[in-house]
Amino acid sequence: MLDVLLLSRLQFAFTIMFHYLFPPLTIGMGVILVYLEGMFLRTRLPIYETAARFWTKIFALNFALGVVTGIVMEFEFGTNWAAYSRYVGDVFGSALAAEGIFAFFLESGFLALLVFGWDRVSPRMHFFATLMVAIGGIFSSVWITVANSWQQTPAGHVIRDYTINGKVYQRAEIVDFWAMVFNPSTVHRLVHVWIGAFILGACFVMSISAWYLLKGRHQEFARKSFTGALVLLTTSSLAQLLSGHLQAESVAHHQPAKLAAMEGLYRTEKGADLYLFGWPDDAAQEVKYGVAVPDMLSVMLTGKADGEVPGLDQLEPIWGRPPVWLTFQAYHLMIAIGMLFIGASLYTCWCWWRGTLFTSRWLLWYHVAAVIPAFVANEVGWVSAEVGRQPWIVYPTLVNGIPVGGLRTSAALSEAIRAEQVLGSIIFFGLIYALLFVLWIFLLHQKISHGPDDHAGEATPHPPTSPQSLADAATSLTRHAESLTSETK
Amino acid sequence: MDWHLLWFVLLGVLLAGYAVLDGFDLGVGMLHLVARTDQERRVILNSIGPIWDGNEVWLVTFGGALFAAFPEAYATIFSGYYEAFMAVLGALIFRAVSLEFRSKVQAPLWRRVWDRVFFGSSLLATIVFGVAIGSAMTGIPLDARGIFRSSVFEQLGWYPLLTAVLTVSMFVMHGAIFLCLKTEGELRERLTPWMWRGYFAFFASYLSLTLATFFLVPRATANFEHFPGAWIVVVLNFLAVANIPRSLNRGYLGQAFLSSGCTIAALVFLFGVALFPNLVTSNPNPEHSLTIYNSASSESTLKIMSLIALIGMPFVITYTGIVYWTFRGRVTIDKHSY
Repeated sequence: MLDVLLLSRLQFAFTIMFHYLFPPLTIGMGVILVYLEGMFLRTRLPIYETAARFWTKIFALNFALGVVTGIVMEFEFGTNWAAYSRYVGDVFGSALAAEGIFAFFLESGFLALLVFGWDRVSPRMHFFATLMVAIGGIFSSVWITVANSWQQTPAGHVIRDYTINGKVYQRAEIVDFWAMVFNPSTVHRLVHVWIGAFILGACFVMSISAWYLLKGRHQEFARKSFTGALVLLTTSSLAQLLSGHLQAESVAHHQPAKLAAMEGLYRTEKGADLYLFGWPDDAAQEVKYGVAVPDMLSVMLTGKADGEVPGLDQLEPIWGRPPVWLTFQAYHLMIAIGMLFIGASLYTCWCWWRGTLFTSRWLLWYHVAAVIPAFVANEVGWVSAEVGRQPWIVYPTLVNGIPVGGLRTSAALSEAIRAEQVLGSIIFFGLIYALLFVLWIFLLHQKISHGPDDHAGEATPHPPTSPQSLADAATSLTRHAESLTSETK
Repeated sequence: MDWHLLWFVLLGVLLAGYAVLDGFDLGVGMLHLVARTDQERRVILNSIGPIWDGNEVWLVTFGGALFAAFPEAYATIFSGYYEAFMAVLGALIFRAVSLEFRSKVQAPLWRRVWDRVFFGSSLLATIVFGVAIGSAMTGIPLDARGIFRSSVFEQLGWYPLLTAVLTVSMFVMHGAIFLCLKTEGELRERLTPWMWRGYFAFFASYLSLTLATFFLVPRATANFEHFPGAWIVVVLNFLAVANIPRSLNRGYLGQAFLSSGCTIAALVFLFGVALFPNLVTSNPNPEHSLTIYNSASSESTLKIMSLIALIGMPFVITYTGIVYWTFRGRVTIDKHSY
């Protein structure tokens, strides 16, 4: 017998994960487009315009896929999670409607100028359009993250009885709009989402640029794009470490059961260890085959080596139990990738400073591949956030030690849907998204192979190891350094 | 102030905005295969190239606003019409993708396939929207909780099919007038008869639907007794419908386009009058209906949302104005085009 709840959860996980390939990519690339066009306006160097035009084409492709897979999400709240929609509509719906009015119109309107307007509007107006699209993407992330954060750490609402045709039900209603918007986790999570998007956008641009550098094509363009994105990647990776730490503290405070699952802490401990990796075993109630820093979790959360950190044994009766293995692995994979990015981007910066960056083929190959872990980190970060809050779809609030309100995922399903309907739609989306994925890769490959339309200044390509290109690298480096400093004036 | 009524009106505005704007987009899609050569088809795609995405946002915002203002209605409609919404999602995905992908590869087979996908998905989306309007008019069986537990397919009578015919012909007419404004030469000559074909099909289904509504949906016409002012819109609607052939005959295409736009907006308004105060009409058991009062969010949320709309809508109209102004005039193909 098929379980309609499980199928709906699988469908939501699948469609949101596919959707989430695109929004962070366009948010991150948006920042880079604004930088390139801003540099073009300042310096009037045609290379910046060439670069902006090329990345805009790729941006438009990613954006289109983000839009169409996003509409699916908006509809799915109602189609598969009707009981949830009735419960949260007053709160969640408002944030979603605000996203439509403030973000989607802004993005879609100015996207037209960005993509089709190169020869119709002035460069200043075009830059303004690019800026608006980038801001639109950021606005969009604000409202949807507000909505999701409210589900994690609800605030600014009350649970009220609600009567329909004489029958009484409960639902959440806003009483303080700004307390709802700035609920305890919004700011931490929003910053984390943004930085994740910047990292992905930077890795994406660097991946394609590194490939051109390795193939000896579009050298000047590729260097400009690569180094610009490298600055973004390095600062973002370092900032993400701090943001992640602050967020873990917030989770420990507001969603302790989620934190225990992320860290694989089955039992309450004084002097809890911090696992670098391991294999949580629910039957044995411990993490097996793991390597851990002794007492580190207690130090990070309580400031004392023997501080007590509550484990699932203590938390489960109050909060319920999230799936530990998946939450733990997703969380640790995200952190491992984050650490990799910090190390690799600092090393790359060092090579850039020494002048060996563009001759180090293995390093460039690493950057070609690094976009994949960047996608993975964005996805698994959300997996740990969403799986870790189970069994709740809307988290309860603790009042005098007792969780109040909240909505269980099992109670959120549509009342009227049947398993075979959801099975049908999973197959439907599976086929469509498989097709979209193949076409996306195919068209990306085609655009990358075609490359930017070279302007007159760029001569025939030369291999990256030739002394001339080394000299190029050096001059572009100094010019780039100038441009970065002048930007901050 | 009746905030429930305000949000009913605002949802009507969003729906009318969507129907008028994406109406010609969908019409353009249904007329896509009238163009024969590759160049002509690119002209058709690029007539809506910069604007279709923004037009579709009206639908997305309509969905979000329904969720926020009337969550009970949103939940019942979306979960009850599961298959219909999946069909709309499929159609909207394929429509967007065919626009975006078609001209990116030279191979004739690739382009032929996407041309047909663009046509088919535009037609499918229009049909589903039309059926949905008809089904909302006749009503669906709701239980005491306001949940629709039956299947969409059992609800398919001939009335929703008639509204689907009306919607398809109306959008074809609207799209054909739009395309005649945006194109020139041989393609425009080939599109010209479609304005008339669309108009006559629309006029025939408009008359039959009006008659059918009088006999079949008595509660729709009953509302006119409560709102005698709504008769003005009926008259205006009739004038707009009558003005379309008049301006087409005289070659005033801009006026014809404005009239078809007004016709669509007026029909959405009349649809709202027919529904009021229901969002989902229960048939049988009208006492189970979801109204703008029993399905709404709290009054304070409706007020907050009104403020959001008040701040946001002037911006929305400004962006839309800038984009339509920038891309005014006949279509020209350049290297940035689809």
